This record gives sequence, C-alpha cells and structure tokens, in this order.
Amino acid sequence: MAAPVSGVGNPGVRSSSLNSTSFQKKTRSKLLSIPGTRPSVQNGQLLVSTGVTSLDFLLGGGLAVGAVLLIEEDYYDSYSRMILKYFLAEGVVCQHELFVASAQDSPNDILQELPSPIMDDVAIPKPVEQPRLSSEPQDSLDTMKIAWRYQNLPKVQSTLTSSSRFGHYYDVSKTMEAEIRQAAKCHCFNLPDHPQQTTPSYSPTLESYSALLKSLQEVIQKEGFAGKSRNILRIGLHSLGSSLWGDDLCCCDNPKHTHALTTFLYGLRALLRSSLAVAVVTVPSHLIQNRALMGRIAKLSDTAIALESFKGSERETNPLYKDYHGLLHVRQVPHLNCLASQFPDHKDLAFKLKRKQFSIEVNFFLLSLFTFDIHTFPFIHLIGLTCACTESECNLSFWCIMFFVQHIKYLLI
Amino acid sequence: MFAELNSILNTFPDKFSQEEFIIISERRCDASFLIHHFLSFYLRARCKVCFLGLVQSFSHYNAVSQRLGVNLVQAKEKGQLVFLEGLQESLSHLVPQEGQAGSEALNFLGDPTKGLQDLFQFVRSSCSGPSGALGCTDRSGGPEEWGPPVLLVDDLGVLLSLGVSVGTVLDFSHYCRATVCSRLQGNVVMLLHCDEEEDDGDDEGAEQLLKGLTHQCSLTLHVQGLPTGYCRDIHGQMEVCWRRQQADEQHTLNKLFQYKVHDKGASFFARGTSSAFL
Repeated sequence: MAAPVSGVGNPGVRSSSLNSTSFQKKTRSKLLSIPGTRPSVQNGQLLVSTGVTSLDFLLGGGLAVGAVLLIEEDYYDSYSRMILKYFLAEGVVCQHELFVASAQDSPNDILQELPSPIMDDVAIPKPVEQPRLSSEPQDSLDTMKIAWRYQNLPKVQSTLTSSSRFGHYYDVSKTMEAEIRQAAKCHCFNLPDHPQQTTPSYSPTLESYSALLKSLQEVIQKEGFAGKSRNILRIGLHSLGSSLWGDDLCCCDNPKHTHALTTFLYGLRALLRSSLAVAVVTVPSHLIQNRALMGRIAKLSDTAIALESFKGSERETNPLYKDYHGLLHVRQVPHLNCLASQFPDHKDLAFKLKRKQFSIEVNFFLLSLFTFDIHTFPFIHLIGLTCACTESECNLSFWCIMFFVQHIKYLLI
Repeated sequence: MFAELNSILNTFPDKFSQEEFIIISERRCDASFLIHHFLSFYLRARCKVCFLGLVQSFSHYNAVSQRLGVNLVQAKEKGQLVFLEGLQESLSHLVPQEGQAGSEALNFLGDPTKGLQDLFQFVRSSCSGPSGALGCTDRSGGPEEWGPPVLLVDDLGVLLSLGVSVGTVLDFSHYCRATVCSRLQGNVVMLLHCDEEEDDGDDEGAEQLLKGLTHQCSLTLHVQGLPTGYCRDIHGQMEVCWRRQQADEQHTLNKLFQYKVHDKGASFFARGTSSAFL
C-alpha cells in the first residue's frame, strides 16, 4: 500500500467520497487541473474529450481547449447530430458548462436527446434493505445460494465517477436521465427568440451571427471563462450556414453573403483563443455549391472532419460496406503551438454507430480503384485488399501488384 | 530558421538581398512553417520586423519561434518587432461594445468602403518609425539600430474571407511594396492560401489575387500537397521561382523540392530522394 502523499497544487481534482487509499499523485506543475481535461502528449496543450473515444484517438488525444471542431454534416444530419450530442453529453458528465445554439430545433430538444452514459460500478456503503419474506418470488433472485456469505455486504450501486476519467461511453438506446442533465449548467441560444433588428450601420456579418457572437461573449465574460474560472465551456452550434440562420450560402450558386459565415468563424476563433472554451460546429456542406468557399470555412476552423453516410445511396447495399454506416474524411488537423501537424496515419476511415460505441476504423475495402467485378474473382479481391491498405505510399509495390492482377484477369477470361 | 532553405534561397542572416517581395502560395497544405522561418530569419538578421499575424494568436507564434531559437516577447520589448494580433483586435469590431475601441488598423471590419488604408498607415508607421526603442540602448550607450524594415503578412486569404475585395488587397500590397521595398529598401513576405481551382472559376478571388501578386513579386514559393495524396514522410512539394534576374546568374531558374516538417524545422530534398525511400 502506497504511503499517503499530499497532492501539491491539485485543487481541481475531486476525490470521491470513498477513497480506497489516500494516495494522491504529487504534481509539481502549476498547470490548471480541471476535471475532464488532460494535457496533450505532444505539446502539453490542454485537451478535452469529444465524447467519442475513437475520434479522440484520431485527433491526437482529444480536442484542444480554445479550438474549433468543424463537422461537415452527412445528408440527413443524423451522424453529425449524434456526434454533437456525444460532445454535449461528455460535457454533462465532466461537469463542464454547455452552450447550445440552434436555429432549427429548440436547443432544449437537443439537450433532451443526449445519450445516457454507461455507469461505472463503485461500491458505496448503503444501508442494507429490509429483509424480505422468503415467500416473495423476486426474493429468489436476490438470495445468494452459493456465495451466501456475501449476502449482507453493501449492495453495489451505480454512480457516476466522472472526474478522474477522460472519455466515457454512452448507450445510444437510452436518453440521459433528467437529474444528471439538470446538474449541468446549460445556456441556450434559440434563434427565433432573438428577433432581427434592422441596424442602420453596416454589420460585418449577418444579424443572426452577430447576435450569436454577442451572446457567446456575454456568457464567456459573465461566467468568467476568460479569466478566473476553473471550468470549460462547451459550445455546440448546430447547422450553421443553413438558410434558417438567414444565410444564403446553401441556397444560391452565387450567394450575396459570401463572407458572413467566415467572418463569424473568425470571431469565434478570436473568442475561443482567449478563453477556456471548446466549440463544435456543424455545417451542411453538401448544400454549399462553392467548394472554394467550403475550403475557406475549413481553413478558419482548427479541426475539420466530414461525414458521408451510406444511407440512401447505392453504397448501402454494397457488400463491401456492409459493416459500416459511412465514411469519415479528415480534412484538417491543427498544429497549435507547434510546427508540424500530426495527421492520422490512415485517411481512409469508416465509421459505425453501435449501441454503446461510435467506432471509427480504417477502411480496408477500398476497391474503387479496381474496375472488375469482385464477385467472380474473389481471390483478386484478396490481392486488392493487400495493396489498398496504403493508398498513397509504396507506389512501386502498388504498380507491381496491379500488373500481376491484370494478367490473372486475362488468364481467367 | 531552416538552414537548408537558406542554402536553397542563397540567403543568410548576415548577407541577404534587399528590396525583395516574396510571395508564398499554399494549396492543399499548410505553408505557415515558411512564415515562421522568415520571421526567425529576419529577427536573427537584426532587421526591424512588422508582422501582421491575422491567423493565430501571439502565443502560438511565440511558442513556435521559441523552438526555432527566437524570443518574440523580448523582440517586442526591444522594439525590433511590431506585432499586430488580428484575432484580439478584431473582437472589438465584430462585437462592438461601448467605450471600447479597438486598433484602428482593422477598421475595414466595421466599414467596407474605407478599404485597407488604415492597415497601410499602421504598416507605414511601424516600418518607418524610429529604428530603436526609446528605453533600449546598446553597449555604446546610444539607441539600438536595427537593419532594414521587413513586413510579414500571415495570411492574405483571411482578408478575403473577411469581405475585402481582391482589388483592395492588390492595392494594399502595391502600396506596401512601394513603401517598404522601394523607399525603405526593405523586404516584404506575404502568404496566400488558394484552394482548388474549378473549371468555372469559382474561386476567382484567391486565384486572381495570386496572379496579380506573382506579377509584382521577385520570388515565389509555391507550396502544395502531393498530387497523389497524403504521405507521412513527405508533406508536400515546394517550387521556387525567381522572377528577377540575379546579379550573378543570367537566367531565372525554377527549382522543385519536396519537404517534410519536423518539430524543430523542415528538411528539403530533391524529388524522390526522401530518406524514407533511400
């Protein structure tokens, strides 16, 4: 048993009411110690979890505090909305503050759909329940027949021990219980509640975006995230750039307000860099016709990923993709405070939403390069597998295998 | 400061050409490592640097420059570096509050018709101001003298994203070049991000701007990602184009290199000679 050591400079870490040991790690650093965050391995930056552990791994450990994550929505906004809900649920579990903005649904609707966290089991002393009569049928489940010595020990009660862990798992089939959700402080921005006033002076961005930026700055200043606070503000902005925000980026080929959203993102970056806040923004990029504009929007965010779901497309019935729900493209990875960015090793990624996990895996079945029918040449499919793994490296070996495969095809025909 | 890049461009902190207008264009990649190189290069060369850092915060530039061996905070205190932090100054224009007026240099955010005159005034006053800080003295007791002024801009694409028109940015670059290069015999380095060009010329802004700037400049560094896609060992390729005839060379050369960015620098090598393959 380790000798108890008093923690130095560790006021932010909460200890649960029952500690099996009184050992606390001695930290010599003067870095802030905020629940739900951890320093990055690469450059010591403070990271928070996005709520999806595989996405955290992809982004190099987590989302940097002060950075923006841009998610390009899939067609029906199902998986991007899911990731936004994971992000907000993680904030509730880590006791961060939330800020949700939406023009389409009420932010409260989004908050009520948060997935339920999978609880850790921690033994807490609880008064033993009154002994029931043995004639009750449910008693037969409670009485232990083999391990009867443990019958009277305190019952295991599920509780939330959130502060020491980084990244949690959620059960998508259940929604978060109301009392857990209400324990977290949420600020909501519902666009219909902010009527548009016509201002005579020029505004650098649209009315709706200005109001949102102003509201964000007020919250940051009032709650002290720019100065003395020891907590993180998680900002979730749903479907920015859509027509409901008053923007015509998504409906016109030559929009009038080409720089409204980019100016807003610049202002958002300015706000975040000087405060302890993280933002996740979803944009319906499939509606934006101007690809160069989308590039500029991605450049103004720090991390950018795009989701492409198979729902409704012909890939849904393609046997190659039957294990996955869609593809995930990493458009941009930030390099804050360092020279080189750490891109993930593989950029061909596919995701699958399971009940208890949103998994992101390397997609090995990239046979779009090959034009022949894989059903009749199953072993060529296997050969294709080996060289489709690394798409862009090892060009020499790729061409050797291509040459070989072409010759096999002619032999069989 | 990257030693390999110095030998490629034939410039050294104690011997570099003046009146240069250098354009860095990036496509499908991030060429900000070159801006960090030029920043540390000119600070080591004891020039007076005016840096318009519009993309990231000052602490980011400071953290990277410390890895390259230059301290920006000290340089600012000594008066060698004038830094405009775009993010911080822009907030007071984007979210107007009573009683708080931001830097005048970013007035274009509040009023588009004004153009970039205020930004140019800021550049002119920083570059042609007194060469030494008032409170700072060198060993002989007089104010420290810095070398020729240098203007660094990161990045012009942000100006386009904030609603400034292409013509205005071209005018601004022309005024800067006329003042800093011709009148003050200094250098100007500007970074521009272009995106994929489309057939119908969607991104007329950045492409037009790049063409206009390439016409005015003396040295262009075109940085792009590899056309075959992402590779872990080679981050991209860089094409160096000299436009002005150099004194000792008769013809202008175009050189092509591939590069890889490390934690503390970047290495440049000829195509196909990456250490990953040899």
